[in-house]
Amino acid sequence: MFENLVMHLPILIIVIPLFGAFAIYLFGKVSDKARNIFAFILLGVTEFLVLVLGKDIYTNGLRVYTLGATSAEMTTPANYIMPVRIILVVDALSIFMGIITVTIAFLIFIFSLKSMKEYSGTDKYYTLMFLLLAGIIGIEFTGDLFNLFVFLEIATIAGAALVAFFTHKAESAEAAFKYVVIGSLSALLVLFAVALFYGQYDALNIGYLGNVMEHSFLDKIAFGVLLTAFAMKAGSVPMHMWKPDAYGEAPGPVAAMLVTASLASMYALLRVCFTLYGRGLNTEVIGWIIAVLGLLSIFVGVSMALIQNNFGRLIGYTAVAEVGFILLAVGVGFAEFSSTGFGFIALQAGLFHILNDALDLGLLFLVSGAVLHATGKRNLNELGGLARNMKYTCIFFILGLCAVAGLPPMNGFASKLMIYESVYQFNPVFSIIAILASIFMLAVFVKVLYSVFLGPELKEFSSVKEVPASMLLVMGVIAVLIIVIGLCPDIFVNWVINPAARALIDYGIYRGMI
Amino acid sequence: MFGTLETGYGYWSPIIWVITIIVIGIIIYIIWWLGEPTYKKGTEQTKPFLAGMPELSKEAVTVRADNVYWGFKEALKHYYRPMINSHSGVINDYICWFVVVLAIVFIIIWGML
Repeated sequence: MFENLVMHLPILIIVIPLFGAFAIYLFGKVSDKARNIFAFILLGVTEFLVLVLGKDIYTNGLRVYTLGATSAEMTTPANYIMPVRIILVVDALSIFMGIITVTIAFLIFIFSLKSMKEYSGTDKYYTLMFLLLAGIIGIEFTGDLFNLFVFLEIATIAGAALVAFFTHKAESAEAAFKYVVIGSLSALLVLFAVALFYGQYDALNIGYLGNVMEHSFLDKIAFGVLLTAFAMKAGSVPMHMWKPDAYGEAPGPVAAMLVTASLASMYALLRVCFTLYGRGLNTEVIGWIIAVLGLLSIFVGVSMALIQNNFGRLIGYTAVAEVGFILLAVGVGFAEFSSTGFGFIALQAGLFHILNDALDLGLLFLVSGAVLHATGKRNLNELGGLARNMKYTCIFFILGLCAVAGLPPMNGFASKLMIYESVYQFNPVFSIIAILASIFMLAVFVKVLYSVFLGPELKEFSSVKEVPASMLLVMGVIAVLIIVIGLCPDIFVNWVINPAARALIDYGIYRGMI
Repeated sequence: MFGTLETGYGYWSPIIWVITIIVIGIIIYIIWWLGEPTYKKGTEQTKPFLAGMPELSKEAVTVRADNVYWGFKEALKHYYRPMINSHSGVINDYICWFVVVLAIVFIIIWGML
């Protein structure tokens, strides 16, 4: 019975939020309370299921789910030589991303209960949030390229609608328009690459394509398209400009969820580079391209963040820089493509930074949401002295600041130290620039700390009160996770990050399941 | 050891770091405790002396976010001016950057063939 349930978990974890997205709207017609209870139960169940699946995968290895087959593991029908059905493949990397996504979504939902309460249209807000969640998990669990395109589209449309949540503001609509153009362009390019593969091999399955790929001229064109499309969706410089626009206009919880969506694009990039193409490419050249994109993202992201005065937009630029750290580490890992040595540590560091980024940037976006909720403002020039009335929010901001700037003993320091040391062995100049950028990052958030929380009390904020307990609880939980990961980084690296990194390097296991 | 992370080049132990910080904190506290005993909070001692001028209200001298790091931004204006101009906010420009990167990637891939 339990094994039967575990077998169906990959599809259940996608279907529950997808079902919830439509059912929530109906429950909202009954009452807000009924809707919230229903959504809480759905997300709680999804969180439980993703943890159960995680335990199963870390214990027994990769799990495959074939839709419509007599057996979930029957990837190729009888008398067929290749897989034709929709197949979900969940390995240590997919479940690592899945756990991050569902956990962040669950916390954001609890945060939103109070932070979004005063706005109209919350039924649509939760519907879109669930749709976004289903899209992101779909990207992370799918085993074929066409469904990657479909889930990318779902996530893009839901994300764009959420960016435009403040419909009374022209800037929000403009940011959403940019988000949907960039997202659709990326998705269409993925579809173009899918067409190139289908035309040559009559197949769409990632594992199967990896096995039969002849690395033709068209395959290399498809790689260039996929690399650029996913780098743009992840927010790499110089294709990053949509990111501060969208994050600056979206509500805080939506921005935190969009960080997870960006990280899902990073996951897709990893899957294409390591699992689909593997060593069939000139890994050193491609690794250098990715690392240089990462380095540019770090430098431009952090230097542009320094001159921003919109809270959300400023964090948006730092999110560009943080994606740069991941790209830098992953680029070095791909260039070396080894299960030992500094290349493997760089890959581990990149994956570890994905986890830390989701938490650190998530916390900072929630703090910006809390400040907006309490004051109605996001312009740093108009804020000040809030530490007097919002001391817990201020403490959580300082913790997020320390984590994202890579100060010990926070989680961000552990992953960044791994990045610095491994990248130094690849190219010392890259490492030095990354260290200097981290110092810049600290300067950026010290400016925010000073502008928002320190200084004399401003008259207009004398009556401001601390945000409700449920919002503080969510920020507190993320802050505790940041500290725990920072104090015990070895546990997370050995138990969670290492299997995920090995799943990328030992791509034969993923391909062999098809 | 619990909490020790192998970083490839060396290792990182947050536990040792926390213990070190606690020891440093204790030393700082002892130095403070041995400090000037005549200091009285909230008296004339703690007021700034501005060449005999009356002290302005704190609200009047607060530096707003836009002016923080003014000197830094001024020194790097030749870097920031083109950077700000390139972040035009126009979606056409965003797509142009995408096309530029795609072209560069294709050229590099062409060279790999």
